[in-house]
Formats: sequence, C-alpha cells, structure tokens
Amino acid sequence: MTCNENRKLLNPYVDGELDSAGSLAVENHVQGCASCSSDVDNLRALVSGIENGALRFKAPPHLKRNVQAAIRKANPTARSSFFQWRWLSVAASVVLIFALTWTVTLRRTQSSEEAQLVNDIVSNHVRSMMANHITDVASSDSHTVKPWFGGKLDYSPPAKDLTEQGFRLIGGRLDYLENRPVAAVVYQRSQHFINLFVWPSRRSEIKPEDQLSLQGYNVIHWTKSGMTYWLISELNLPELNECARLLQE
Amino acid sequence: MFDQNELTAFNEAVLPHLDAAYNLARWLTRNDHDAEDVVQEASLRAFKYWKGFSGRDCRAWLLAIVRNTYYSWIRKRSVQPELTEDGEIDEVDEGIPSPETALLQSADREMLKAALEDLPVEFREAIVLREMEGLSYKEIAGIATVPIGTVMSRLARARKRLQIYLTNSAMQKSL
Repeated sequence: MTCNENRKLLNPYVDGELDSAGSLAVENHVQGCASCSSDVDNLRALVSGIENGALRFKAPPHLKRNVQAAIRKANPTARSSFFQWRWLSVAASVVLIFALTWTVTLRRTQSSEEAQLVNDIVSNHVRSMMANHITDVASSDSHTVKPWFGGKLDYSPPAKDLTEQGFRLIGGRLDYLENRPVAAVVYQRSQHFINLFVWPSRRSEIKPEDQLSLQGYNVIHWTKSGMTYWLISELNLPELNECARLLQE
Repeated sequence: MFDQNELTAFNEAVLPHLDAAYNLARWLTRNDHDAEDVVQEASLRAFKYWKGFSGRDCRAWLLAIVRNTYYSWIRKRSVQPELTEDGEIDEVDEGIPSPETALLQSADREMLKAALEDLPVEFREAIVLREMEGLSYKEIAGIATVPIGTVMSRLARARKRLQIYLTNSAMQKSL
C-alpha cells in the first residue's frame, strides 16, 4: 500500500471504522512509515483534544421548560380535550344541580304537602340510622318480618327477601309518616342501609315512578296496587334503581 | 391528537437528548439565542412526527431533526451557509507547515473552539456528531443524508483544516 492510498484510510482507521483486514493493512503500513505514523499521532491528538476539550454546550435550564411549554401549546387537542372534559363535567354538574333544584322546587310549588313528605322520609331515614334503631324486628326471613307488621298495621306490607340479588333483608320497623304509622322494611347493601316505606296510597291515580336526590340521599317513589312506596338510601342511584326494580317485580 | 400518556412518552424519550440537540444546534448556529430557537422549533417538529417514529435511536432521530431545522431556518433567514464541495481529500497543505503533534496537544479550549467555528458548516456538523456525540459514520450519514463515503471525506477534510488552523494559531501565538 502506498502512502497516498494509506492516507485515505487514516481517518476511518483512527475512528475504528475499518474492518479487521483494512485495519491490519493500515497498521502494517504505519509501522514501517514515519510520515504516516506521525499523521496517525496528529489525528489522535486532534480527536482526543476535541473529545476532551470541554467543547460540548449544555442546554440552559430554561430551554427544557420552554420546549415543554411550546409542546403543550402546540398540542391543543390534548389540552382542549382535557379542558373540554373539565368543562363538560362542570356543565353536567350545573345541569344536574339545576335539574334537582328544579325538581325539588317544582315539587315544592306543585305540592308542598309532598315536599314535606319527602323531607319527612329523609328525616326518618336519617333518624333510623342515627338512633341505632333501624329495626324493630331483625330478621332476614320475610316470613318473620311480614307477620310482625301484621299485628301493628291495618295493611300488610311486602317484605321481599332480596338477599340473593345483593340486597339483604335485615328487618322491619314501625315509622310514622303522613300522620299515620307506616311500615319501614329495611335492606342492606354492603354498608348501606335502605329504607322502604310502604303504606296504602290515598291517591287513586297511578303515579309514574320518579326519583330525586336530597341531602345526599337518593329517593325513589312509585305506587302500585293501591300502595305507595318510598325507597331511600345513600346508595348510588343505579344500585338503588336496581333495588326498586326488584321490589316492583 | 395526543393524550397525556403519549405526551409523557414523548417527554421521557426525547427530553433526555435535549443537551445533545442543543450542542449540535449551538455549533451549527454559533450563538446561544439562535441555538435555542432551533432546538425549540426542532422539538416541535419532533413532537409532530413522534407518532411516525418507530423508535430505534431517539437521539440520532432528534439530531437529524435539529439539523434539518437548522437548514430550513438558515434558508428562511436567507443566509447561505458556506457550503464546500464534497470530494476527495484535497491537497490544500502545499506550502503550509505540517502540523506537529505537540502543538495540537497544546491547543486549549479557546483555540479548539475558534478552529471548529471556522469550519464550513457541513464539516462542523460531521465533527460534532463524530467527536462529541460519538456517532458512527453510518449514523452520521443517516443524519446528514449523504453516503458514508462523503462522511469519511468530510471528516478527513475537516480534521485537516482543524490541524492547519491550530498549527497556524499556535505558531502565531509563539511569535
């Protein structure tokens, strides 16, 4: 190999980019050639000078922040979807609050009597849990609960056992609503108690089932076969609906 | 189009190479402010192309974007970079004293910096990618979109120029 040929390979040789045969050929030439040997030394001195010369620039700390900010700004979809969801949830809350207020207000204006009843139902439900007096008769057997009411009321409330469906019958209690004693059938779903108030309806027309939330409690109301039913619990509405559906079956 | 997870993935993959990106941009532009602009613009481009990136070597990918961003930035400013024709290693060292190893070794940071800044931009980028980022010829070829042979000749010519520059300034200093 001539010096000219060799010189073309010196840079890849120093950089370790030659295959072993090429590398060996250069080595052999360099060993016997003072000029090429000094070229190799010069190249190595230069390369290590740059490598060790502290020539790297380090990104200033604010650059990372700026880049992140610019990317956030340039990503309106992600950002806006985030904000859209937030606004959507805010809007949903507003609608919900409005709807509830409307429902309750409507009830109040339509029938202050019924509004008073709903308040009483909530109060009774709360009291039943506060006073540690949720049941007068504690039993998961509907054949125990149902007859228990028999001697105390002039009607026979249902006491369906829904244990298999996840609503455990835990007993019955006498309560007082609309100036009369009423049956409270008590169910439990995990830690949540459910009161079902039942008494003969004074109204002849069948009201469609309706529901509302008050003070954090969900209330579902329906009438059936001359009886009025009020189901109340802090249980979430879907589960309480499920309970109502099972009771109506 | 980007959800939070993808944004996080991008940040985790790309931001660690911000120093490498800045270093290349800084050597290409030769000043802090422009380097920051280029990196910022390049990061936005990277973000835009992130979904199409298969993700083998994120650093090389980002460096290629930085380089492209620099060239379009320079075109926008209608400042033509001093491009040099690629070719065989030129014999420019006629009549110029051959470099001495001792002189090259004594070159300090300021001298090296001045020598590098004096290089034509495509030589400068080859040196930065090779010497500072430790990239292979193949990787540099990929970033600069030139054949490997061109990378080889650019590096050889760049080093020749650096040696000459350093030898001259060392000799001037000693006068």
